[in-house]
Amino acid sequence: MQDVPSAAELIEAVREFLENDVHATAEGRTKFHARVAMNVLGIVQRELELGPAADAAERERLLDLLAGTGPESTLGELNAELARRIRSGSFTGTREALIAHLRETIRDKLAIANPRYLTR
Amino acid sequence: MQMAGGWKGRMTRISEDLDKNLAAACERHWGEAGSVETLRRLTGGASQETWSFDFVTPDGSRHESILRRNVRAEFRNLDAATEFALVAAAERAGVPVPSLRFLLETGDGLGQGYVMERVAGETIPRRILRDVRFADALPKMAAQAGEILARIHAIDVSGITGLPAPPAAVPPARAQLAQLRELSDGFGEPHPTFELTLQWLEESLPDDSRVGLVHGDFRNGNFIVGPDGIRAVLDWELAHLGNPIEDIGWLCVRSWRFGVDRNAVGGFGSVEDLRDAYALAGGRGADAAAIRYWTVYGTLRWGVICQAQVAAHRSGRERSVELAAIGRRICEVEWDLLDLIA
Repeated sequence: MQDVPSAAELIEAVREFLENDVHATAEGRTKFHARVAMNVLGIVQRELELGPAADAAERERLLDLLAGTGPESTLGELNAELARRIRSGSFTGTREALIAHLRETIRDKLAIANPRYLTR
Repeated sequence: MQMAGGWKGRMTRISEDLDKNLAAACERHWGEAGSVETLRRLTGGASQETWSFDFVTPDGSRHESILRRNVRAEFRNLDAATEFALVAAAERAGVPVPSLRFLLETGDGLGQGYVMERVAGETIPRRILRDVRFADALPKMAAQAGEILARIHAIDVSGITGLPAPPAAVPPARAQLAQLRELSDGFGEPHPTFELTLQWLEESLPDDSRVGLVHGDFRNGNFIVGPDGIRAVLDWELAHLGNPIEDIGWLCVRSWRFGVDRNAVGGFGSVEDLRDAYALAGGRGADAAAIRYWTVYGTLRWGVICQAQVAAHRSGRERSVELAAIGRRICEVEWDLLDLIA
């Protein structure tokens, strides 16, 4: 077990430093990059919280969609297989099921990368 | 403290070389002695740089200027001489561009690039879309963009060598699609949504096989905007020969709305205003199906550019938190693609 602070709290400490000590006083490119870095830490925070469940759900859907794949495949391999089947025309499911899966997956990615994108 | 001091020291040294070399190049162009003042870096990554400066001569004349240069020539899409010739042709065709001053020469020690006039105005999209100074400009800008694009697409480029062109045997849209697919494949990341989009594009290829000048990056962010609207079009280095409607589709990509989604064109205007002004100024072929095709193509192209920027970071070629962060914008592109094609 790691000592306190937790990973999320460490990220929060760095984010506060960037906001109060760098972004508030820097100018030009450095100020802009401080803003970007704060956003990046926000992504990491949300990924720590939401990533495992999102990955598990995506994996489950892919195993359903891709006949002949098994639990030994990694998430990366399953996505590569789906991409390959779409390209070669050998994807056997319905277009509706495919779109529903992609929407769900992208929605979960956006909830981590940029939640505001979904609401506007 | 130590780190800040080291960083500052490094910048000063680079600036000193730049000062000296730039002053020498300016003296050659203006034919008199002078000094470079208020030199500062505006934007750009490790390969593409934009600098603002004044060249001041002893009688007090102040030439407000911009230097665009590539330190590493291998990242240029157009070589600087071609870009220079193209911007000159655009100016002659009535396209608002900054007046060109001179092309850098090999002996200048400044890399590849050129110096142009500094046009007053704003380039940062979020400010353009939100600052009250531009409130009267915004409603005019879609029509201005349409008229400018019609002029760009009418530029006679027969005298300009070095513009990338699709292979003659293949319709340009098909050739570009194949290129985009190849580029994306090269990154080795599976993107099922990109695959579905490539399939849609294959099935929707336009019949229009005209080949003309395409600016290649005509969007909010590459305009200098004043209270009167678009004053100058910048960043010509992605120009190529292809189907001109590509520029219209690119301008309609959601990313260039910078959060103002109610206005499909660059966050400032409507597709109708853009299309009507384009047709009125002599532009042809901007029908709804063509615009849709090129908007889907443009959205995917932006996704592949995101992939390329992350790759530049991950390979170590250009380490940057900004480039790293762009990887996590790919899901925005995927979301927009599904919206467009599903």
